Amino acid sequence: MADSKRISKIILAAVIAFFLISWIIKGLAIHDEDSVLWFSVRDAFLITLAAFLTLAIFSFLYKDNPYYKFAENLFVGVSAAYWMCVGFWSTIIGNMLPNLSESLSSTFGVPYKGFNIFYIVPLILGILLLMRLSSKAGWISRWALAWIVGTTAGLNLVRYLRTDFISQVSNTFVPLLVDWKGFGAFYSGLSLASTGQFVMTLSNWVIFIGVFSGLIYFFFSKEHKGFFGVASKVGIWVLMITFGASFGYTVMGRVSLLVGRLTYLFKDWLGLIS
Amino acid sequence: MKLKIVVVLTMLFMGVWAMASAQESLETIAAPDSIQAAPLPEPAKELSAKDAPDDHGHAIDVTWAKSPDDGERLKNVIGYIVYRAANPDGPFEARSGLLLGTTSYTDAGALNEGENDFMPDYQDYYYRVRAMTQDSTVFADSDIFGPVQSYGQWYDKGKTAVLLLVAGFLFLTIFFISKARGGAELYVRRLAGIEAVDEAIGRATEMGKPILYVLGLGTAADIATIASYTILGRVAKKVAEYQTGLIVPCYDPIVMTVAQETVRTAYLDAGRPDAFNQDMVYFVTNQQFAYVAGVNGVMLRERPATNLYMGKFYAESLILAETGVVAGSIQISGTDEISQIPFFVVACDYTLIGEELYAASAYLGKEPLLLGSLKAQDYAKAGVIILAVIGFISLMLGYHDFVDFFHVTG
Repeated sequence: MADSKRISKIILAAVIAFFLISWIIKGLAIHDEDSVLWFSVRDAFLITLAAFLTLAIFSFLYKDNPYYKFAENLFVGVSAAYWMCVGFWSTIIGNMLPNLSESLSSTFGVPYKGFNIFYIVPLILGILLLMRLSSKAGWISRWALAWIVGTTAGLNLVRYLRTDFISQVSNTFVPLLVDWKGFGAFYSGLSLASTGQFVMTLSNWVIFIGVFSGLIYFFFSKEHKGFFGVASKVGIWVLMITFGASFGYTVMGRVSLLVGRLTYLFKDWLGLIS
Repeated sequence: MKLKIVVVLTMLFMGVWAMASAQESLETIAAPDSIQAAPLPEPAKELSAKDAPDDHGHAIDVTWAKSPDDGERLKNVIGYIVYRAANPDGPFEARSGLLLGTTSYTDAGALNEGENDFMPDYQDYYYRVRAMTQDSTVFADSDIFGPVQSYGQWYDKGKTAVLLLVAGFLFLTIFFISKARGGAELYVRRLAGIEAVDEAIGRATEMGKPILYVLGLGTAADIATIASYTILGRVAKKVAEYQTGLIVPCYDPIVMTVAQETVRTAYLDAGRPDAFNQDMVYFVTNQQFAYVAGVNGVMLRERPATNLYMGKFYAESLILAETGVVAGSIQISGTDEISQIPFFVVACDYTLIGEELYAASAYLGKEPLLLGSLKAQDYAKAGVIILAVIGFISLMLGYHDFVDFFHVTG
């Protein structure tokens, strides 16, 4: 136990020394005669700190450790405080007060837009939500919650029905035989071009079978046996192929994020690549 | 004498010839000028303006017929600019940029008074369209059209399909809810992911480790989050009965508040209100990757036996699920975010795909309200299949009105 503590302290000292040296070297590297010394020191510190935090987060790949905990707590704390400030200044001060009170608007230095009675509603809902802090009147906050969840869910019903449901339905309306002029014309003009009759017809059949079998899979009030069983099996295959394609596509996006971070370390911090 | 007359006549002739030549040369010089100055084009014809239909007002549709010099005759009209004035004498102000290849324009202003470009309803407007040539100083204005007023409509005809489908779906929902309340047995097929929840809670109890429940990054009113509340309620009730630990880190403050109420009610239903601790549902931060960092830390320090991810997830899905694998937890996930399902499929033991998440709440609750709506959803899906088949047939027969009906505008 004592050895473990001693090793931890040695590692901590080494890490501090390493990043202090890195700070100094970086400061010397970016400082020139035209720049102010203080600015170079500050910029070098920020670059080194960002590199340290990046490596601290990466260290999670090995195992949980104090450096990761430090970076995690710093990240969580700073972001929570930041979003709280953004919410306060942009929503309450920037949006609500200018529509409710002239005197408060001038106190906070925001232009008064005139009294708008509709802004009373979020004000009341906000106060009701804060009633949770009272042990006796905490139940009142449920009214605000019911209002928020109920109205937004109701509004979303129509929006989802329109964007997800009807647009999906209308996009499924495709001809199963594209420009059909008989078998003779079909075979004589057979082409594998993406806009050709064969590929377009095949594509529309894939859409039809995919939608049909996918919908069958999502039937919950009927047991998947017989025809339903076969169709739902085709449906799950269609879903899995789609997920596979989506997986590969997204992984490529994630790799580009990793490249971005490594570029920061090797270019901005270490200057190993130009 | 004769010689003098000949000389004078010769000089006279030469003078006349010289003047004629000079006149000709002047004309020759002047001629290019008249060619270089582009002739005025014919203006746009049949200008018309009317209130934009099926909208909330503050917009006017302007249409016109092409100038005869647009593409034919002089072929020097390249586009049009729409002008508007509050009275026929002007001043007219340009409302559009140079419009190419079109003979219509929707003049839409801001909706709210006080905003830039606010366009009040029920006010007279006058329009004029200018046919433009390559030379910006050479153009032709159409006749003035007006007055015309903008105003909003109560009914948007472009959304009739939405109205009919909402009405149909509500009818089905109410019908099946009443049926379920009347005691009818409504079957719901087995959902492996949800059946595994009880098993996972039992495992956590045996191991003496907590259960981690993640509601995702959705807001309190997202459908996936609402479905997740129901599952959380069920899990919390079991947890209360088995006296297992429960950790619910939240991304959204409102979601946290609703989740606290859900868990509190579940503990009350289980007859163990004393065991409820408000801190088991807590707010982390509403910054995506900071939240992930916080939840990952909890996974590795608390080592929960079971991780449940139910709700709306984005890029953090794989990071969370991979950490759960490292922590050795059983993982059950469910989301309607299509692009994230693959990550849960590869990293979790069970995954509720898309609508299975919504069905899970009905499956667990077995309440008439949820079962009835689930049955209505199934009928809606059957309706989609029927509509699709009719759509295929109508397209084959060249009848496009049916398909166009479902193209919602606006």
